[in-house]
Amino acid sequence: MKPAPFDYVRPSSLAEVCEILAADEDARIIAGGQTLIPMLAMRLARPTRLVDILRLNDLRGIRAEADAVVIGAVTRQVEVERSEIVRRSLPLLTKALPWVGHPPTRNRGTVGGSIANADPSAEIPLVAVTLGAEIEIANPSDRMRMPADEFFIGPMLTSVMPGDCVCAVRFPVWTHKRIGTGFHEVSARQSDFAFVAAAAQVAIDEEGRCIEATLGLGGVGDRAIRIDVAPLLGKVPARAAITEVVRAATVDLEASSDLHATADYRRRVAVTLGTRALEDAFADAHSGNGALQ
Amino acid sequence: MKVKLTINGRQREADVEPRKTLLDTLREDFLLVGSHAGCEHGVCGACTVLIDGEPSRSCLMFAVQADGYEITTIEGLAPAPGELSVVQDAFCETHGLQCGYCTPGMILAGHALLERNDAPTREDIVEAISGNICRCTGYGQIVEAIEFAANRLRKANTPRGGRS
Repeated sequence: MKPAPFDYVRPSSLAEVCEILAADEDARIIAGGQTLIPMLAMRLARPTRLVDILRLNDLRGIRAEADAVVIGAVTRQVEVERSEIVRRSLPLLTKALPWVGHPPTRNRGTVGGSIANADPSAEIPLVAVTLGAEIEIANPSDRMRMPADEFFIGPMLTSVMPGDCVCAVRFPVWTHKRIGTGFHEVSARQSDFAFVAAAAQVAIDEEGRCIEATLGLGGVGDRAIRIDVAPLLGKVPARAAITEVVRAATVDLEASSDLHATADYRRRVAVTLGTRALEDAFADAHSGNGALQ
Repeated sequence: MKVKLTINGRQREADVEPRKTLLDTLREDFLLVGSHAGCEHGVCGACTVLIDGEPSRSCLMFAVQADGYEITTIEGLAPAPGELSVVQDAFCETHGLQCGYCTPGMILAGHALLERNDAPTREDIVEAISGNICRCTGYGQIVEAIEFAANRLRKANTPRGGRS
């Protein structure tokens, strides 16, 4: 057995989860375990206790609301990948899901797990930041919502306090008639960690003018970020114009360097993939395939 | 901790430490050694089993988490002792293995794909086995084996490969 010993508990309510976490600061939540268990196996994490939330039905499921789709924290990634609600209302998330790990890890891995883990190159946090999702968090006394860009504060770092539990992610749904999405990623191998990932969603009017646009980049720096693409609004942008806007917005981008990719490489790839993601999104919106309602 | 598991359709019980993975439990407590221990941290796919019909890494799950699911190991695929499932047979026929270490995981990944989709494209097959590493075959014959099995299953007038 590779992990250090720990106790295992499976509480029957969220309140109980919060109580256990509040009483024992070395307790850790486990859901799908697709990141935590390797860390336990390598003894990079040595919790005293694992609190299994995977079977809390209150935290499971995909629910469409008027202006949002709410995905429970323990909803497995494969369920999101195959969800008709998500495909219709959050096509960007449907496009990003096949890039999350491999089929077997998506079968066990959860949406809340990916969010709480906050890997800088992870796709679900990237889509959350790109679309301006809110993270629902419970603690023993309260339940609150936090914007994704406040939630993620660094590599594997979030604003979650000890005793908090991520309950759900609330993705806003755009109500425009013509919407398009694009997603691109570069990694060493298929489904490996992204050096750079780019996610874009745009809305256009009848004349093809851009009325809303968002672009997010993951893997570049210490967390996913949203790029300012406001200059595209009101235009029918061609490739050169898109590249120009993305380049201008990423000039001062903080990028990380490692064995696999230098900061310069990441910045250059960010411009290319950001441009491609936006181009795809506009093409998608024009073709009508990305239309939502 | 006592844990009750449903493995290949049978109820089994074991007394395990919480830190014991499902993989180690299958191999040591139930002697189902067809699930192979490769990297033991979720990279190689040699330990793949089906959880409610979906390929999952048994090294990335503790046995204490696994109660209530239908667990299928490679031992559960053959229709009867001494026989092979269609997918297993296809791997033999197309030389889809050499050392055999990755084979149980590959076969389970292929089996699960064909349960959902009996006419997969080459891309579907590559995606389905993308979480499983093989260091012998170069993957070509594995993809071929799954294509071959799909073809046979489409033509067969029998229930799909084995029990699960």
